[in-house]
Amino acid sequence: MFCDICGKNAATVHLTEIIDSQMNELHLCEGCARKKSEEMEQQFGLSDLLAGMAEFGKPVKEKEAVHAKCANCGLTYADFKKVGRLGCGECYNAFRKYLGPLLKRIHGSSQHVGKSPVKLVKIAKKKAGDLQDLRTKLQLAIESEAFEEAAKIRDQIKELEQKEENEGKVQ
Amino acid sequence: MELNDLLNHTSEWLKGTGPNSDIVFSSRLRFARNLDKIPFPHWANKDQAEEVLVAIEQAIKKIDALKRVTIFRLAEMDSVDKQFLVERHLMSLDHAQKTNHKAVAIDDDEMIAIMINEEDHIRFQVMQSGFNLYEAWEIINKIDDSLSKELSFAFASDWGYLTACPTNAGTGMRGSVMLHLPALVMTRQIDRVLAAIAKLSFTTRGLYGEGTQATGNCFQISNQVSLGHSEDEIIGNINGIIRQIIDQENQAREIMVSKNREVLEDRVNRSLGILKSARIISSQETIELLSMVRLGCDTGLIKDIDRRRVNELFITTQPAHLQKIENKKLSSQERDVKRAELIRSKLKL
Ligand SMILES: [Zn+2]
Ligand SMILES: [Zn+2]
Repeated sequence: MFCDICGKNAATVHLTEIIDSQMNELHLCEGCARKKSEEMEQQFGLSDLLAGMAEFGKPVKEKEAVHAKCANCGLTYADFKKVGRLGCGECYNAFRKYLGPLLKRIHGSSQHVGKSPVKLVKIAKKKAGDLQDLRTKLQLAIESEAFEEAAKIRDQIKELEQKEENEGKVQ
Repeated sequence: MELNDLLNHTSEWLKGTGPNSDIVFSSRLRFARNLDKIPFPHWANKDQAEEVLVAIEQAIKKIDALKRVTIFRLAEMDSVDKQFLVERHLMSLDHAQKTNHKAVAIDDDEMIAIMINEEDHIRFQVMQSGFNLYEAWEIINKIDDSLSKELSFAFASDWGYLTACPTNAGTGMRGSVMLHLPALVMTRQIDRVLAAIAKLSFTTRGLYGEGTQATGNCFQISNQVSLGHSEDEIIGNINGIIRQIIDQENQAREIMVSKNREVLEDRVNRSLGILKSARIISSQETIELLSMVRLGCDTGLIKDIDRRRVNELFITTQPAHLQKIENKKLSSQERDVKRAELIRSKLKL
């Protein structure tokens, strides 16, 4: 199994990250684990993080999984378990909780690092451009002590970042 | 292009050219993609399946790199023609079954082949002679970019391209290299090699893909992991493994030529003898014997037969090919006779 972050070194440290009561398993190499735990330490206590090692490999609650259903195509998780095929792209979102660990078991990772569709690349670049523009404007506003203007720009940046983060999750 | 035109054409994977072509038949990359929000083929209703088929057909027609591609709807093809395409590695055996709302698109060179509504909405492959995955990557990457401008693919930033089976998610890419490994088989090292490959998350299959037995000492080796590594890394990993196998096969060949020359010469020449004189021969026996003759060509024991001619026989002696050549349905017994005839005529000096 390779490290989830760098994808290059063997994963030797297994952590569980809890964000908004969602459990995320992380498999990292030592270098990335050190960086990651520094990052996480600021959010939680270190003991919480390392407790994750015991949680690793715990199967998802099957009962709950069986009733999950994709709103787009109507396929249930039980259907998936029977035929071994998902119903549509949206199923990946509907069964996100269960598919994450499954993908990790199959591929040793659940983070795509390959190419993206051309359309998406363009959108991503454009968005990055927008943010860049706003950040430059903010800098200028602060330098010229236009604080009211600066506050407005800061809100815009926050909104854009929030939006991108959400889209990233949905996508 | 008509399907029958292919009869006079050598499949890309049998040209016998390209890097390491004494051991490697061909290198192939295949991408799996699906249209956003539309149910995957096995879960789609008729209207949705037809909608996908039409959308992809139209996209193909708009793309420059696919100008020389001809689209065939499978529902309109007879069983021999479908099998003919399977034998040429232009579509999967799976695709040839239950053919409603399915199509296959092939370019004149047979380098590009596209399956519509197989397990995923679209699976396209680029095949190159010899050991040449990077060349295949250059071509397929451009086709994929063009397609992604015409079609909206199901894609998630964290899980990549979303496929019907989670084993293909991520890059959706499968790289396969078809190898001829007679010396590793004859020196009984093949099991050890294949076991080592399996440990590294690579799969081995026979000449005709999923679930088929290795015949004629041909082995198709593919990556299993498609998520968590870039296309470049995956190709690099496959190349690393294939290079090692090539080295081992070469060593085994050298040992056989230097230490067991009589045994090798005997096997090779007996095989050639049977092929040149048989009057009735099965396709299984044909492939086993052709493998030995090919080894003879590749080790210099046979000098007067071109490797390409031997390669072509691997495919033209297959059941659907024989029936296309004869232009009629043949029973299994009739095929065994025609096959022997064809081989004799091709190996006549
Ligand atoms: Zn790492
Ligand atoms: Zn679905």
